[in-house]
Amino acid sequence: MLRKNSTPGKLIIVEGIDGSGKSTQIDLLYKWLQAQGRSVYFSEWNSSSLVKSTTKRAKKRKLFTPSTFSLLQATDFADRWENRILPMLKAGVIVLADRYAFTAFGRDVARDVDRGWVRNLYSFALQPDIALYFRVPLDIAVNRITSARAKLKFYEAGMDLQLSESRVESFKLFQERILNEYDKMVEEFGLTVIDGTLTVQTQQRLVREIVHQELEGWEGLPIPEGSPHVLLQEVINSGKGDA
Amino acid sequence: MPKPKYYGAGFPYRKITDLPGKLIVLEGPDGVGRSTQSQLLRHWLEDEGFAVSDTGLRRSEMTQKGLNEAKKGHTLSRITMSLFYATDFADRLENQIIPALQAGFIVLSDRYFYSIMARDIVRGADPDWARNIYGFALKPDLVLYLKADIMDLVSRLIHGRGLNYWEAGMDIHPLENLYDSFIHYQSDLSLLFEQIAKDYGFITVDAGQPVMDVFADLQDEIRNLLEDYQPIIDEDF
Repeated sequence: MLRKNSTPGKLIIVEGIDGSGKSTQIDLLYKWLQAQGRSVYFSEWNSSSLVKSTTKRAKKRKLFTPSTFSLLQATDFADRWENRILPMLKAGVIVLADRYAFTAFGRDVARDVDRGWVRNLYSFALQPDIALYFRVPLDIAVNRITSARAKLKFYEAGMDLQLSESRVESFKLFQERILNEYDKMVEEFGLTVIDGTLTVQTQQRLVREIVHQELEGWEGLPIPEGSPHVLLQEVINSGKGDA
Repeated sequence: MPKPKYYGAGFPYRKITDLPGKLIVLEGPDGVGRSTQSQLLRHWLEDEGFAVSDTGLRRSEMTQKGLNEAKKGHTLSRITMSLFYATDFADRLENQIIPALQAGFIVLSDRYFYSIMARDIVRGADPDWARNIYGFALKPDLVLYLKADIMDLVSRLIHGRGLNYWEAGMDIHPLENLYDSFIHYQSDLSLLFEQIAKDYGFITVDAGQPVMDVFADLQDEIRNLLEDYQPIIDEDF
C-alpha cells in the first residue's frame, strides 16, 4: 500500500517487462498531453545524474549484489522524487513516469530480495493516479528485445542470478520471474492492465480514454500565456549544476 | 558468531551458515575519540595474535567516489542521502565485513548503521522506515558506545580538526552559526542515541575519562567477548 496522492498534480506511470511496449505508449501520451496545452513532466527510471557515475562503475566492475542494486536504484528514484517528481506534483503538473517503484518490486524480488524490505524502501512514494501495466506473454516480449538488440547486457539479462550460461536463456528466466511478480501486484496496487499484444493504436486509444476520464474537470498548472513552448525538463534541469 | 543473526530478513539470496569471526562496533558522536580508540584496539588485538580488519563509514569501493561528489554539491536531499548511505553500508557489509568474518577475522567497525539511522531520523525521516532499511544488517557480537558530554566534544574538536559543516548539521540549521548549530544537532543526536543504545543493547563506556582509561574499559568488554575465542596466530610459530 502506498499513500494516496493528495497533491494538486497528477501522477501517471507505466509498467511492464522489457519489450512490453510501455515506453512507446507513454511517449505518445506525453505528446498528446502537451499538444492539449497541459503542463507535463516526464521522468524515466534510473536517470538521476547524482548516482549515474556510481551505477556505471558498479555495472562495469560487476560490484552489485541484489541488495546494493536495489538500494542504489532506490537512491536514484529518491533523488528524482525529492528534486523533480514531488515538486512538480505539488505545483500541479502532470508527471509521467516510465517505470515506478513497481519495477523495483518486480526486479529486486526476482533477485530474491525480501518483498517486505523493498516495499519499505519505497514507502515514501505516492500511489499513482493511474498505473498502467502493459501485459504481454513472455515469448513475445523476449522476441521483441532479442531481435531489436545486438547483445543483452549483463545485469539486464539477469546474469548475476546465474540461472543460465546463455544470456538469452537467462534473460527469459529472469523476465519470467518478474512477470510473476507483476501479476501479483495487479491486485496489491490496483494496476490497470492493458493488453500489450493489441496494436499500438488500439492501446493508445485505451490509454487516452483512461487519462481523459481522470483529467475531466481537473485544471492543473496553467502554462503562462505567450510563453515559448519549452520542455519542463529543460527548465528544471538548468536550475541546478548537474549538467 | 557461528550462526549469523540479522535485524530483519538479512540476505535471502545468500545463505551464510558459518561466520567464525567476531564483529565489534565502536559507536559514538564525532569528536568522541573513536578513531584513536580504534587504533589502540587494533594494535592491542594484533599483539594478542588476532587477525584484525577495520572498516568505517563511506569507504565502499562502489559508492565512495559518488558520495563524496554528492556531498560537495547541494543536491543531496534527505531521503536520497539516507538511501545512498545505506547502499554504501550494504556494500561494505557484503563485500568487506562478511568475507572477513567468514575468514575468522575480528572486524572492528568504526560506527555501524546505527549512526546513519540516527542522522536520518534527526533529519526528519520516519523512524520505522529508517530502521527497516537495515533489515539486512548483521547483528554485531558487541557494540561499544562511547558517550561524552557535549562540551567535551566541542573542546576536542576545536583543539583538533575543527567543527565541520556536516558534523554540525548545518544542512538542517543553515541560519545558525557553526557553533550553535553543532550544539543543537549533537544534542538532538545524543538524545536519540540514548534510545537507540537501549533498543539495540549497546554497552556504554564513559568517554569523558582519560584516553587510556577509556581504552582499559573497552579492553575489559572485549576480553569478555573473546574469552573462548582462539587467536589465529599460534604461539608455536
